Formats: sequence, C-alpha cells, structure tokens
Amino acid sequence: MTLRSDLQQIADWIAPRSAVLDLGCGDGALLAHLRDAKGCRGYGVEIADDNLLAATRLRVNVIQADLESGLRMFADDRFDTVVLAQTLQAVHRTEDILREMARVARQGVVSFPNFGHWRHVVSLFAGRMPVAPEIPYQWYDTPNIHLCTLKDFEILAAKCGLRVTDRVVLARGDPVHWLPSLRATLALYRFQTR
Amino acid sequence: MVQLPGSVGVVKPQTLHFAQPLRLTSGASIADYMLMYETYGELNAARSNAVLICHALNASHHVAGLHAEDATGAGWWDNMVGPGKPVDTNRFFVVGVNNLGSCFGSTGPMSPDPATGKPYGARFPVVTVEDWVDAQARLADALGIVQWAAVMGGSLGGMQALSWTLRYPHRLRHCVAIASTPKLSAQNIAFNDVARTAIRSDPDFHGGDYYAHGVVPKRGLSVARMIGHITYLSSEDMAEKFGRLLRTQDYAFGYDVEFEVESYLRYQGDKFSEYFDANTYLLITRALDYFDPAKDFGGDLTAALARARARFLIVSFTTDWRFPPVRSREIVEALVAHDRDVTYAEIDAPHGHDAFLLDDVRYHHLVAAYFDLIHAEQNQTQVAAPPVAPQVQQGAPAESPRRAEAA
Repeated sequence: MTLRSDLQQIADWIAPRSAVLDLGCGDGALLAHLRDAKGCRGYGVEIADDNLLAATRLRVNVIQADLESGLRMFADDRFDTVVLAQTLQAVHRTEDILREMARVARQGVVSFPNFGHWRHVVSLFAGRMPVAPEIPYQWYDTPNIHLCTLKDFEILAAKCGLRVTDRVVLARGDPVHWLPSLRATLALYRFQTR
Repeated sequence: MVQLPGSVGVVKPQTLHFAQPLRLTSGASIADYMLMYETYGELNAARSNAVLICHALNASHHVAGLHAEDATGAGWWDNMVGPGKPVDTNRFFVVGVNNLGSCFGSTGPMSPDPATGKPYGARFPVVTVEDWVDAQARLADALGIVQWAAVMGGSLGGMQALSWTLRYPHRLRHCVAIASTPKLSAQNIAFNDVARTAIRSDPDFHGGDYYAHGVVPKRGLSVARMIGHITYLSSEDMAEKFGRLLRTQDYAFGYDVEFEVESYLRYQGDKFSEYFDANTYLLITRALDYFDPAKDFGGDLTAALARARARFLIVSFTTDWRFPPVRSREIVEALVAHDRDVTYAEIDAPHGHDAFLLDDVRYHHLVAAYFDLIHAEQNQTQVAAPPVAPQVQQGAPAESPRRAEAA
C-alpha cells in the first residue's frame, strides 16, 4: 500500500520504534505504516464511524472521541510524536489543541491546506470563496472553520511555544521550493514542544 | 438493519458437574455444583479458536440458536453469534455458560443443598464476578481450552471479560467488553437496592426460603424488573416508544394502568417474574455491586489493570445512562497508560443500555471487523494443547477438572 505523499513526509520525521499519537487518524494508514515499516506503537483518535472501522481493519489502536476530549485521556509526555494531519483547520479551539499536543509529546507534526495559495487569492479577487481539491467545500457547508496561511500558522506556533524545526510545502503532492507561501497547497511542520 | 445470514440452528444445552469445592471470594466455598453450557461451532485442532460469551443479569448459557422444545426462544445474542454473524461460528468455537447462582440450570439458590437435600434458598453463598470467572476457568479446563481467542460480554458480561484479563491474563488473547463499567456508581447501586428491597419486602419472600412455602415473591420480582428495565432504556427511546400515549380513552382518575409505558413495564415485570428466580436476582445484583477490580489498589484502576495482557475492544453507547461512555473511557484510559492494544468505539445509538443487544450496523460491523482480525491472527497462533486433554462427557461428572491457574 502506498502512503499519501504528505503522510509519507510525516512518516519520515518519525523515529523508528517511537510512540505516536495520531489525532484525527482517518483510516489509520499512517499508524499502520509506522507500525509495519518502523516498529512504532501508538494510538489514533478519530470521531467518524467509517474511519474507526477502517482503522480497526488495519489493526490500528483507535479511540473514538473528538480531539478535544480525546486528548485529555493521555498523560503528560506519553508519546514521542503527536501528529495532526489535515485536521487543524477543522478544529474549534485551535490554540488549545496545539498546547495539548505540546503536553502529550515532545515532538509534533502538523499539516494543513495553505489558504494563501495563489489560486485561492485569485478566487477571492474574483469575489468567491476558494474551492480546491484540498478544501473541496462550499463556504456554507465546510468543516474547515480555521483556515490559515503558512505565516499565520508560524505566528500561532511561536505564541504556543512550539519550536519549528522543519517545514515542507507540497503542491499537489510534490515539494515546492520557490514562492512556497503562494504555491503550496499543503504545508507540513515539524516542531519541538519544549 | 444488519442482515442476519444464519442461525446456529437447534442447540442442546449440556451440563458439567464439578465435585471439587470452589473457593469463593467471600471465604465460603461450594462443592458439587453443576454448570449448564452450550457450544456452537467446532474447536479447531490447535484449540485456538474458542470464544467465551459471558451473560449479564437475566440471560443464560443460551446465547444463540434455538432449543428443540421452544422454536421461538432464540438465544439472547443470536444477532451477534452464528454462521456469518459478527462472531462467526464457522470460524469460532463459541461457549456460553450459565453462571453459578443463576436460575437456568447451573447450580443456584433453587438447587438442592447437598447438606440438607432442600433448596439452598437464602443459604446459597454470595458469589462475585471473580467467582464466576474462576468457575468459567474450570469449565475451560474441562473443555481443554488453555487460552480463549476472546472472552466477550456486554454489561455484567463485560465485567467478567475484564475480570478474566486480571485473574487469568495469559488465558485469553482478546477481551471484548461492551456497554460495561469498571465499577457501579452510587446511582447504579441505589437502583439495585430498590430492586432488592422490592423482592425482600414481598410477603411471599419468606427470607429467601419461599420454595418451601410453594410460593414465589412475584410482585417484588416484577417491581425489581420494572426498575431495572427503566435503566436499560434511554429517555429518548421511551419518549419515542410510549410518549404519553394512553391505553384508555382519557384519564380514568384512578391508579390502574392508563399510560402505555405503565402497561409495557408491568407486562415486562410480570413476564420476568414467571421465569426468573428472586434469589438469583438478589445474588446477581449484589455481584454487580461488588465488582470493583480497583478496590485492592486504593481505587486506582490503572494500577489494577497493570496485569492485563489481552488486546481489548471496548464499546459504549452514547445514550446508555446506566453504564455511560465515560465509564468505558476509564477502562480505555487505564489501558492506554499501560500501552495496551485497545480499540474503543462510542456508538451513537438511541437505545440506551439495551443497545448492546440490538441490531446496529456500525456496532456489528466493528465487532465483525475485530473478530476478522482475531481469526486472521489465530491462524498464525500456535497454542499448546494441554498435556492431557480431559474427556468431556455430557452430563457426567468430570474427573476433577485441572486446577485453575492461580488467580
């Protein structure tokens, strides 16, 4: 099974045999890959019934909860790495989640769709909210309530005391090296939490 | 609704006699007792595909299929256990056992006390979840099952599954605990006490020795069941089923049955009092009250679960206010603290505590997926057969079943 390119990048940042918490783990593909390829152990937190079932089929430990209450279940420093992949933008209390991530793990990884992508800018210029493969919803039915740009995230991360050590930006799955703020569709950040 | 592909068909309960005394948590012991059980499917050569199903308050060994003499009485978890069902009897050897002290064939308060030849009645010893698990372990010995692929139960049955992981951590690979709790709340105990008080204050109770008087404390037992039944349903479910519907044209300004919900509850109570034993009701509710594996660890459930080795599937239901999701989450949290494998589902179902017995696609698909994994791994697992596989003879005393693993 090939891993989605952003998940592959996240996997590359995770040390073998480490303990991983995947928030909004979806179908469990990342955790299954980390277990099989790197001998990692961990848990996923997921709210959707269909994802819970899919993750169970992959023999991934998955706990059905919303992120806010799910995180409370875990002790301080319980994990080596905590992952929040393409979920940040749908979280209500964004700052609380980042601080809770810092509490449960030394290293964090966050990925989110870049709202600063030039197409989105053009769309706004044309008077419409952006709709793209990464953010496929209409403004009135989107779960993505907290969209941000790369710079927005970096400011919030600093405010929460997260020390960013790596950033990878992707455009439709491929790395972007120039004009990342405008060309990235997806941003991935790796940070130390203390 | 889940399609129900098949039934295990007509099944015949079996009994096993245990001569050796079983030491109980209370310090008392019971000898010469009988356990009634049923099995479905075939035990494989490696003896690695056995699944124990533990029953809750009012159920029995009759988990699935039909009895020849009662074509309407499908087993209590027939939608869960059977060919092609979540616990697939084409793959698993499933065992259902009636617990000690119950009233469906295993030795209980209705059975004759060998010392007197009369029914035990009030003299039947108080048994605990742990005692049941010890008795089940002896049954496993007798059936030649060294290690269960899974021990599974809902509600009080889930407590037994959890207790297995603590008393015999190496004798099961998976624990499936549904709509369960690590201990009763004060509210839970209070409901049990009201139920017991109803039974004990029935003039026909005779201090528990009503058998000698040829009567049954039916009114008390019926009220006990009505109280219990209320706690199994969600408020929403009751509102939808009954609302304020009247059976009468209008208010009759009396105290007989007027509301549909009254009629339903009384019917349930009366039906129950026809077949259930009042002493068993006391005994089982007390076992519920006493269950608290954290008690010996200063109330620290995490410390209590340190010895568990199984993988866990924990399921709760959002509208279950008897054993609400937060109680299941306590178990999950303790397991996570020990880095145990656990899958936890919180099913958004409207049916309250009863949901664990009902058809729900999400719930059944998840259990099916989990048992698929158990099935897949058991083909890789080699379980040592016991040194001497004891012969099981139906209805005949087993020659002193092998000693249970030290608890």
